[in-house]
Amino acid sequence: MINNKPPRDGYGEALLDLCRNDENILVLDADVAKSTRTIWVKEQFPNKFLDVGISEQDLIGISAGLASEGIVPFASTYGVFLSGRGFDQIRTTVCYDDLNVKLVGAHAGISVGPDGATHQALEDMALMSVLPNMTLIAPCDSNEAYSATMAMFKHKGPCYIRFGREAIPLFTNKEDDFQIGKAKVLKEGNDCTVFACGSMVHEALMAQEILEKEGISISVVNVHTIKPLDNETVLKFAKKTNCAVIAQEHQKIGGLCGVVSQYLAQTYPVPIEYVGVADTFGESGEPAELMKAYGLTKNDIVLAVKASISKKK
Amino acid sequence: MEKIIRKDILEMIHSAKSGHPGGALSAVEIMSALYFSDVFRYDVNDSAMENRDRFILSKGHAAPVLYAVLGNAGFFDKKHFKTLRKFGSILQGHPHAKHLNGCDMSAGSLGQGLSIAVGKALALRMKNIDANVYCLVGDGELQEGQIWEATMSAAQLKLDNLCLIVDYNGIQLDGNVADIKDVYPLKEKFESFNFNVIEVDGHNKEELIKAYKMFKANVGKPTAIIAKTVKGKGVSFMENNANWHGLAPNDEELKLALKEIEGGLK
Repeated sequence: MINNKPPRDGYGEALLDLCRNDENILVLDADVAKSTRTIWVKEQFPNKFLDVGISEQDLIGISAGLASEGIVPFASTYGVFLSGRGFDQIRTTVCYDDLNVKLVGAHAGISVGPDGATHQALEDMALMSVLPNMTLIAPCDSNEAYSATMAMFKHKGPCYIRFGREAIPLFTNKEDDFQIGKAKVLKEGNDCTVFACGSMVHEALMAQEILEKEGISISVVNVHTIKPLDNETVLKFAKKTNCAVIAQEHQKIGGLCGVVSQYLAQTYPVPIEYVGVADTFGESGEPAELMKAYGLTKNDIVLAVKASISKKK
Repeated sequence: MEKIIRKDILEMIHSAKSGHPGGALSAVEIMSALYFSDVFRYDVNDSAMENRDRFILSKGHAAPVLYAVLGNAGFFDKKHFKTLRKFGSILQGHPHAKHLNGCDMSAGSLGQGLSIAVGKALALRMKNIDANVYCLVGDGELQEGQIWEATMSAAQLKLDNLCLIVDYNGIQLDGNVADIKDVYPLKEKFESFNFNVIEVDGHNKEELIKAYKMFKANVGKPTAIIAKTVKGKGVSFMENNANWHGLAPNDEELKLALKEIEGGLK
């Protein structure tokens, strides 16, 4: 039996461990500390926490200043506001000066649900993936969010991590090896490869089970780091299966879909199908209802795999 | 020194054939009172010295005044001046800290410097480093909302090691600040935001040094020095003229300008 847990819990647990080790960090939030779990730091290590109020641009600027003086800031708020409202600050201050700022985009994807389109970050990965010096990570569950946070702390340079609000299946272990830029092969099959990140990784695993019963054998690769992309693994599996599906809880444009497609177009073109939001805004609804309505379920992956295989020469 | 800085600014921009003389010339005394006095702690041989004071140029288009000051202070060879805005130069159109010794932060997109200064001032306090952070903004730049986010943060955190300097020259690219989006009165605004406010003639070096010392003596609040200046100061045909916000002088104009500067400020 698989338990469900929100990835932000893994983020909060990692922050607490960093505080316990008395690492040189400051956790910053912009008035959503309960949602991002940074409130745990506020409660247990108040001298490691700063709430800057409802001001995302200032959040990023202050974090940049802290980073330039050797303190590692974790700038946390909703991904939609962090990447959108703060884009110029992230570009021109954080990335241009290659500052060691950790940007944490919570409540990403359509599964944030009832709050509706204004709060559903469906463009953040596209925005962050075009920035020079940026590292972009989308962990697949709470344990991977923990490992990714620890890895981000050790990594020097701008990082953006994004995860959703909902409790999603917990199927990895905190002890699993996690390396930024090193994708994880979860299943190996010959007919097609699904490259997925974030919440879509578990959907891909479930799709694999369905397809297996139908006699279709697929590979599932968890590409938790979108940038820098694990070119080697992507190429290896493109060659192995000669077609692919890319799945992300995000617009189909940009993000993992963008970087994998671009890389394969240059190196080893294969048919690709996308599972993501089709160039539209979201709306209010229950998370599961929205994931279904916007084509982000295991069944959508199953259909995409079949479509991709059918295009193989 | 101020004559040399003005001359360097104009020659640099003339050589680049583009740039922003107006807002660089208005900030000459603000900068020289900081760097060429006993106010600002720095060591040209150790630009990463832990207890150095930090300077953030938020109005990045005034880069030539920063370059002239850093070059004359000895952070890099003045021979670079003639490479301003040219391919491969350490002197980018707007400052890029990575390539420029003595420059603490890149700038160019307005309104961001004060937040960075808040982060730096906070970090210095967290690390018990006795040093101050100075941040220069333009008055037109105060139209950027982020400035006020940062102003509230600085006051909330009681950053008395943070000194904001407003180059109050009254003119922005498209015309008079008051005609476009009025940001005044400045003293009352910053006071109501819980800043220690000092008003000063921004072309009087002695007054500026006195203001910086008042900032250093001030406890419990961040300081804003409102420096009343003249855009294009020192060159009569550039003074108070928005056309010279972002225009390079031609050969003839440079000759006239340098002659005026040699004659001293009026």
